[in-house]
Amino acid sequence: MIPARVEYVAPHSVTEAVGALVEAGEDAKVLAGGQSLLPVLRLRMAYPSVLVDLGRIDGMRGVREEGSSVVVGAMTRHSDVIDDPLVRRYAALLASATATVADPQVRHRGTFGGALAHADPAGDLPAVAVALDAEMVAEGPGGRRTIPASEFFVDYLQTALEPGEILCEVRIPKLDGEWSAHYEKFNRTAQAWAIVGVAAAVRRSNGTIVEARVGLTNMSSTPVRARGVEAALAGASADAATVADAATRAVEGTNPPSDLSGQADYRSHLATVLTRRAVSRAAHIG
Amino acid sequence: MTELLASPPDVDTGQEIGRARRRKEDAKLVNGQTLWTDSINLPGMAHFALLRSPMAHARITSVDVSAARALPGVIAAFSGADLADQLGSLPTAWPVTPEMVSPPHPPLAVDEVRYAGDAVAVVVARDRYTAADALEAISVDYDPLPAVVDLEAALAEGSPLVHADAGTNRCYVWPFAGGDYAAAKAAADVVVRRRFVQQRLLPTAMEPRAVVVDPVAASGEITVYSATQIPHVLRLMLALTIGIPEQKIRVIAPDVGGGFGSKLDVYAEEVIGVVLAQKLGRPVKWTESRSEGYQATIHGRGQIQDIEIAARRDGTILGMSVDLLADMGAYLQLVTAGVPLLGAFMYPAIYKMDAYSFTCTGVFTTKTPTDAYRGAGRPEATYAVERIIDELAHELGRDPVDLRRQNWIRHEEFPYTTIAGLTYDSGNYEAATAKALALFDYDGLRAEQAARRDRNDPVQLGIGVSTFTEMCGLAPSRVLGSLSYGAGGWEAAGIRMLPTGKVEVVTGASAHGQGHETAWSQIAADLLGVPFEDVEVIHGDTQSSPKGMDTYGSRSLVVGGVALHLAAGKVVDKARRIAAHLLEASEDDVQFDKGVFSVKGSPEAKLTIQEVALATFAAHNLPDGMEPSLDSDAVYDPENFSYPHGTHLCAVEVDTETGRSTIRSYVCVDDVGSVINPLIVEGQVHGGLAQGIAQALYEEAAYDADGNLLTGTMADYLLPSAADLPAFVTDRTETPATSNPLGVKGVGEAGTIASTPAVINAIVDALRPFGVNDLAMPATPERVWRALHGGADGGGAR
Ligand SMILES: Cc1cc2nc3c(=O)[nH]c(=O)nc-3n(C[C@H](O)[C@H](O)[C@H](O)COP(=O)(O)OP(=O)(O)OC[C@H]3O[C@@H](n4cnc5c(N)ncnc54)[C@H](O)[C@@H]3O)c2cc1C
Repeated sequence: MIPARVEYVAPHSVTEAVGALVEAGEDAKVLAGGQSLLPVLRLRMAYPSVLVDLGRIDGMRGVREEGSSVVVGAMTRHSDVIDDPLVRRYAALLASATATVADPQVRHRGTFGGALAHADPAGDLPAVAVALDAEMVAEGPGGRRTIPASEFFVDYLQTALEPGEILCEVRIPKLDGEWSAHYEKFNRTAQAWAIVGVAAAVRRSNGTIVEARVGLTNMSSTPVRARGVEAALAGASADAATVADAATRAVEGTNPPSDLSGQADYRSHLATVLTRRAVSRAAHIG
Repeated sequence: MTELLASPPDVDTGQEIGRARRRKEDAKLVNGQTLWTDSINLPGMAHFALLRSPMAHARITSVDVSAARALPGVIAAFSGADLADQLGSLPTAWPVTPEMVSPPHPPLAVDEVRYAGDAVAVVVARDRYTAADALEAISVDYDPLPAVVDLEAALAEGSPLVHADAGTNRCYVWPFAGGDYAAAKAAADVVVRRRFVQQRLLPTAMEPRAVVVDPVAASGEITVYSATQIPHVLRLMLALTIGIPEQKIRVIAPDVGGGFGSKLDVYAEEVIGVVLAQKLGRPVKWTESRSEGYQATIHGRGQIQDIEIAARRDGTILGMSVDLLADMGAYLQLVTAGVPLLGAFMYPAIYKMDAYSFTCTGVFTTKTPTDAYRGAGRPEATYAVERIIDELAHELGRDPVDLRRQNWIRHEEFPYTTIAGLTYDSGNYEAATAKALALFDYDGLRAEQAARRDRNDPVQLGIGVSTFTEMCGLAPSRVLGSLSYGAGGWEAAGIRMLPTGKVEVVTGASAHGQGHETAWSQIAADLLGVPFEDVEVIHGDTQSSPKGMDTYGSRSLVVGGVALHLAAGKVVDKARRIAAHLLEASEDDVQFDKGVFSVKGSPEAKLTIQEVALATFAAHNLPDGMEPSLDSDAVYDPENFSYPHGTHLCAVEVDTETGRSTIRSYVCVDDVGSVINPLIVEGQVHGGLAQGIAQALYEEAAYDADGNLLTGTMADYLLPSAADLPAFVTDRTETPATSNPLGVKGVGEAGTIASTPAVINAIVDALRPFGVNDLAMPATPERVWRALHGGADGGGAR
């Protein structure tokens, strides 16, 4: 389809970008990798007046280490996240999930920050952010602030970002030592979105699961932290039966959608099966 | 007769036919030097865009284009009523019965829209963006009418009507019978009955449709560039529908990026483009967007099949009856009504039986029109037959391969006239099946299946078999006549020997990805004894290739290739006479081998065909009265269809926890007769398998009860990619066709036809222990999961 006319600016700093957003008012849109925004424009489902492209802001790209956190710039492309040594070492769950996003072309354009700001419950990365207790660092006309992942995803395609605010970077607490992780995605074709996805990180010590983090994709209008599963796994024996038992709690607190790619009851069933698989893979069981 | 052919790529065997040449088309395609219709930009060219109905069915109470007209950059805007007189009605070429209801099909709707996507107004603007903006400035008032979505409900008393004037949603009823099915059924020990649903599919060619019309050629003719499979048919139909004299229309199909039948049509946009270009006196262009195409380009399949098979307890099939409901959509496109009839003759497939009864009812719905899609009628038929044979095998406790073997036509029985009245010239089902079984490790997989069942493995294994044959090489003209089709099925070819000894081959087939330039060059090179590189193949332009019936139905090689064979024979005959004259020998003593004419008994007396070509051009010394040209034209009208066949085997792992089916191995052994280029055959089979598997597992054009297309973008309509498909094991047997001199049978549709039932048979086979005996297509994980939990076919939910 053919998008409607739109102005375009490409500032070189976050401050300039915020300024451009404020100046343009409500109809301005931030453009990151464009992989979600451009289809919306082409289908004429949105008519922004101005696109503020973040692509020329150097400081927003890349991964660095800061104390007990790994900090991922919002404009870091999916393909760079997957290959980043810090991410692989301290946030392996993010690498595992990002590798399942779309196809190589999309991964070379789409960004981590864009995927979070877009807040699509079918997107793979919001559940990871929630599972890893990530913190979103945003800058707006009122300055910088930090929003915990648990408060960032407000509703379907809706975040806690205020108008004029830009997501600058994401701070992910390092999971060091005996953690291992796996993202289990269930989709119908290799490039399709998740019908359900389960992000699991597990700290295992000998025969015991010391601690687990589990996030669910597409089981509500926002990503869901599977606290019940985590509680059932904490300190539990690392065996198949225990994990299967814990996984039955995956549906607690979810409100899965019914749509063309799956009815709610099927999604609930999948959440249980996939949680068992994700945790088992992460914990090297079976 | 049957032998394995496996020559590695590009090995010079001294012969072009049979050589695995890489395609001469490809360098251009992969280097971006292709000339798509959308890449054509002419001086002064304007762009048009169509406003499409968001509703499936509604009365149009008003269309106001004045605001659109007033926008800067807009050249013109018209409602359907504004152009009704000039646009006329789109043609349909296949009135399958004299009583068939064939409602008018205005390219732009005037009073009523009948499917979501039906065009109601058109704007012409300086550029595509302005045109898209202008569409939003048009206001249309609709008075909603009830949608007609379900085929059975459409036929029920009191159903809302798609075409009120017709008084019915029944387009036609087409019965056909061979033998006495009632008697066969009465004599049967076992009767199995099933209902299968052929979901609608969205043809997705790489290149979307596009049209450019240039009204101002120096010679006064109008030139239509279109991403079409059928430049010749389009020219004729434009002449007949718009009334432009045929000689004043030139149609060019530039490089065309796939069609699968979806470009085998005369579309509203082609007619609108011609009318606009003439009216405005300037070139116009339209290119569909993908989501627009999903509504405005024909859909494939769309049938409900009630099939019954009657057999003896010993497995002998006695008869079959088929009752079809075929979804026409809202209007009849070029061959919409006839597509199910191409399947009508194929239900008996490769099997012997004494009785067959068939009825097809065409039904109008408020959905995008259907038309031919890769295989057109034959995949649907093959699916139903191959599925129900599996059900019969299950009922009788027989191995499905064994039951097929018991009933198929044995190779020594060819030629064989089936109960549907077709005469299969040749085939060897035993050989193809034996080879497929060996490659597949059938026995090993059955053992693994048993083991998984025994240990209640959450991942079960299923094995699916499908054989197939198809009538292709469309088509003997007199048969088309007997089916009331509006044209013949011949094909034309021409050869021009140039003074330098190079060769121009003109074909009426219109390649759009198949590789005709390569294959035709190989044939011409062998038959004329010239180097492959010296042959140029000309096609896709009614000016340079004036005569043709175009490309569809696996016909190009089987009909067009044979026409080339005839044309080459004429050139060689004439060249022989000229050579004899020049060599001062008797014509009977001149032999022709690998491009050289020589005189029997005096080996030094010889002339190459290139020398003869030059001598003919000079014309200094030709036999008395001979015309100085070494060109020829031939038109070939086949006497019979051709009947490729094959045996496909598929092993599927079904994860009973999630319902996901994963193809573990896929083996097919196809027999497409003699092979001109094994690489091209392989490519056609691979692509066909992907499309057939896609119908089984992924694709479905889903509509809601209001007639809205729910899968209107590629985000919702799931197309598999290479990542979703297994590595195919393909092989061939070669049983040459006896009905044409090249021995060829056609390969364009083979893979699509057999793969769909092979996959579904495999999934059902995996799930038999769970009481599952059918699955609705596509067999999504959710459907499989529901079937496992409900023991039904999982058809209820998607
Ligand atoms: C074919 C296809 C398949 C896909 N499949 C998947 C998949 O399987 N899983 C998956 O997770 N994703 C998938 N995606 C989406 C992909 O991951 C996108 O890249 C991502 O959702 C958006 O990132 P982007 O950088 O492209 O953002 P954009 O499209 O540029 O922006 C998306 C939205 O976020 C806003 N935004 C972007 N960056 C910021 C910021 N820094 N601050 C504030 N607002 C911002 C924009 O204004 C816009 O509203 C797919 C996309 C495509 C095209």
